[in-house]
Amino acid sequence: MEFVKPEVQYFEVAPMLIVYAAACLGVVIEAFLPRPLRFTAQVVVTVGSLVAAFVMTILVALDLEKLGDGRAYGLLGLNGTLAIDGPTVFLWGLLLLLAIAGALLFAERSLEGGLTAFSGQAAAMPGSESERQASVRGLEHTEIFPLLLFAVGGMLLFPASNDLITMFIALEVLSLPLYLLCGLARRRRLLSQEAAMKYFLLGAFSSGFFLYGVALIYGYTGSMGFAEINEAIRNDVGNQALLLTGMGLLAVGLLFKVGAAPFHSWTPDVYQGAPTPVTAFMAAATKAAAFGALLRLFYVAFGNERWTWQPMLWVIAILTMLVGAVLAIAQSDIKRMLAYSSVAHTGFLLTGVIGLQSAGQLAEGEVTALQAVLFYLVTYGFSTLGAFAIVSLVRDASGEATHLSRWAGLGKESPLVAGTFALFLLAMAGIPLTSGFVGKWAVFAAALSAGAWPVVAAAIGASIVAAFFYVRVILLMYFSEPVGDGPSVTKPSLMTSGVIAVGAVVTVVLGIVPGPVLDLAARAGEFIR
Amino acid sequence: MNTPWLTILILLPLVGTAVTAVSPRGVARQVGLGFAAATLAFAAVIASRYQLNGGWQFEEQHTWIEAFGVHYAVGIDGLGLVMVLLTSALVPIVMLASWHDADDRNPAHYFALMLALQAASLAVFVATDVFLFYVVFEATLIPAYFLIGGYGRVGRGRAAVKFLVYQLAGGLIMLGSVIGLYVVAANQGEPTYLLSDLAALDIDPVTQRWLFLGFFVAFAIKAPMFPVHTWLADTTAEATPGTSVLLVCVLDKIGTFGMLRFCLGLLPNASEWATPAVVILALISIVYGAVVAIGQVDMLRLIGLTSLSHFGFIVLGIFVFTPQGASGAILYMVNHGIGTAALLLLAGYLVKRRGTPAIKAFGGVEKVTPVLAGLFLIAGLAAAGLPGLSPFVSEILVMISAFDYAWWAGAVAVSGIVLAAIYMLWLYQRVMTGPTAPEVAEFKDLNRREVGAVAPLILALVLFGFYPMPILDVINPTVDTILEQVGVSDDGPVVETATEGGH
Repeated sequence: MEFVKPEVQYFEVAPMLIVYAAACLGVVIEAFLPRPLRFTAQVVVTVGSLVAAFVMTILVALDLEKLGDGRAYGLLGLNGTLAIDGPTVFLWGLLLLLAIAGALLFAERSLEGGLTAFSGQAAAMPGSESERQASVRGLEHTEIFPLLLFAVGGMLLFPASNDLITMFIALEVLSLPLYLLCGLARRRRLLSQEAAMKYFLLGAFSSGFFLYGVALIYGYTGSMGFAEINEAIRNDVGNQALLLTGMGLLAVGLLFKVGAAPFHSWTPDVYQGAPTPVTAFMAAATKAAAFGALLRLFYVAFGNERWTWQPMLWVIAILTMLVGAVLAIAQSDIKRMLAYSSVAHTGFLLTGVIGLQSAGQLAEGEVTALQAVLFYLVTYGFSTLGAFAIVSLVRDASGEATHLSRWAGLGKESPLVAGTFALFLLAMAGIPLTSGFVGKWAVFAAALSAGAWPVVAAAIGASIVAAFFYVRVILLMYFSEPVGDGPSVTKPSLMTSGVIAVGAVVTVVLGIVPGPVLDLAARAGEFIR
Repeated sequence: MNTPWLTILILLPLVGTAVTAVSPRGVARQVGLGFAAATLAFAAVIASRYQLNGGWQFEEQHTWIEAFGVHYAVGIDGLGLVMVLLTSALVPIVMLASWHDADDRNPAHYFALMLALQAASLAVFVATDVFLFYVVFEATLIPAYFLIGGYGRVGRGRAAVKFLVYQLAGGLIMLGSVIGLYVVAANQGEPTYLLSDLAALDIDPVTQRWLFLGFFVAFAIKAPMFPVHTWLADTTAEATPGTSVLLVCVLDKIGTFGMLRFCLGLLPNASEWATPAVVILALISIVYGAVVAIGQVDMLRLIGLTSLSHFGFIVLGIFVFTPQGASGAILYMVNHGIGTAALLLLAGYLVKRRGTPAIKAFGGVEKVTPVLAGLFLIAGLAAAGLPGLSPFVSEILVMISAFDYAWWAGAVAVSGIVLAAIYMLWLYQRVMTGPTAPEVAEFKDLNRREVGAVAPLILALVLFGFYPMPILDVINPTVDTILEQVGVSDDGPVVETATEGGH
């Protein structure tokens, strides 16, 4: 085999390069800068590079070339390993915005009395003398910022990857820093470490599944590239069993990342144990990145085989929605409840994924599945981020008060915080005039249009169940008397309150005038091969 | 001519919500009432400019979400107009009657929520785009939830959750149908949600039936009908009487309004297909509601359950597909709104004086507070369908068409009236007559504010009882249009028809 020197489209991949460069710079800062300066330097580098990457993403988006009949934009980069097309750029924009918000939450220091929500010295045993020392000396891990950037880099690569090897690398790059970050909570460290361990073990298993799937698909097609896989499937070249098994194994790997049943069991533990800023970022951004990859894999590589994977996703979607909604009812911890609610939302997103139809089957101007899912990711991302940011504010003496009973009477204690949280919950429940409703409408319409009415029926059932537990929390906040001292809301700095405000504004605006973002998602067009 | 009348009508209470919510405690109620009165005045202006037989009027249309084919489109016909007037008239009355109901909490919020509910309800009645209708239909739930959960008696939290979960469930089921309409429209060329475009679609019978089911379930929960009525009694028992009036007399009308507008208007074939089942459910509602009401020991619960019976009549009138039935049903919606509002508010006065809604805690009230008792008697008799009071007119219209549909339907419906006499008169007997209980003896009779709130309702009951023509003139053209869509022409055994045939 001859080695071909890859041609790098520096302009188009610049957003990724900026993030990776900043991550490396962060490591250097960690090594050479004196401790007092590190925090500020890291925050500046992180937020600055993310903003720069976002600006660059907009420039890339404006510059994308129209392809063929104008339904798709973009180009294949690095000898076809990257697809920088409309959906990719849309997701990059979304991911970078979520990452900026996440970085601001990471940098919040007002809630823990001048320190971040992360462990002072991760290597110290919980409850040990050195932990106490670290706490007394006010130590902080500023490595969280380069870790965040590496994760973001992986997330940017994930939906853009156009062959299986790149996708696997992206999966690992985004996962490994997240495993670490999950274990770095300042409070309840055992719970946090347990969460990281669980996430890592199960994540490693799912990576194994994914890799096995890669091998089998390679065996079937003789190629890693999505375009070649698509071609091979069209020509029906190999052993069907290899293809089906490989597809199933790849699906396991990706469905694990998005938290679909029956691969969701890590979600509640990890969401609960991880430091809340990490949970907020992870819940919103990982889902967006992983759904981008899932869409690309199934639409681009396996689009011709959709009659085999659509039924599988029907079952998974129905199962995911029901499991998420029903188990959420039984939760008494707000973070666990939100985790199960995120499982249910994965199901709703999968409902949209199922709605894949060829362009000819759709009416002019009808909502496409891709458009619906992209829009849903935006609505879900911002309301989730906002909701978890609020969770980090409600505290008592032992840190965050995540037990639901501690939220009773929050409406009296702090009407603004309770009102905003209620808004996010209503959005997640899909009440009209919030973004969640429009998102839900779009994915249901896409699925129904593709004839998946049983899935839509199940989705409506799950929504009804889900409405119950969202409403219950609102009831608790407003109409229940506080237990004991009642919850107290710590006043955050501008960073957290800014993130919450942005989340709330996006939630309301996308509920009332979703047009521009919907059009943007439509303009993103189709995936390219 | 381009005045956006209906938009202003919706915005008035909406602005009122914001202003009232931030008003200082002392004047918030006056501000809220001012906005409600302004809305009523504005609605009256719209009514005065409304032309009978003019079809859809005051129409506005702007693109809202292009990708979904959604418009901000509003307009009113006769049905919309009477519902707008009913809503606008009831809100100031309720505010006046519940002036001190929220004194222990925050009256500014209470009044603001009422205005928010009014704004959303008005939007529901004027929406001519299905998506817009759905959005505001659901939006009514939020203020209603906070009204129930925030003000009222001990069990209100549970009642609020039950109310909201029921309504959301109905709404989500309807969402399935709303999306279904979009897919159908998209398959026939262009995605759209405008009522006028959707009515022109040719939807195949099987699809129509599924869509019908989605809409009907939601409206049946809203109305409410047997067997999805259980939230109603809990809510009326726990919420303040003012909230109950807004729920039962305005919000629940959305259910029957929706049946007329969407089930009959958009899915005529499926509506006809479903008629037997719906008629039977309506009859069960009539009898079951009345029988259960008789057995109640809680005054507010009792009145709530009588509404189940009344809504049975309304749905029966809608689904027998005759002009008398449909006119009667719409008239019934108005009359029930007036009559039940009066009854609930008067019961609220009683409960406020005694501190409990338990019927057995009262007795001999009429000797102590003759005005209260007299008004209560009139409102009660109206609910029982006494000739000369307005509900009688609508009941007789529905009854005639029920007999026209099938003798057994008429027979069962008539029994509803007999049962109504029992629950109403027995309630009056237990509460108002007999020996005066010692706690009752200290009752003060109604003050001027309380009389002022209820008087317009009682006057309307009497006025429309003798002279219902103004309302009928407004709704009859709409009824004809709706029935035309269903494909029913007037062949009932009615004198009017016979003379027309003679010409």
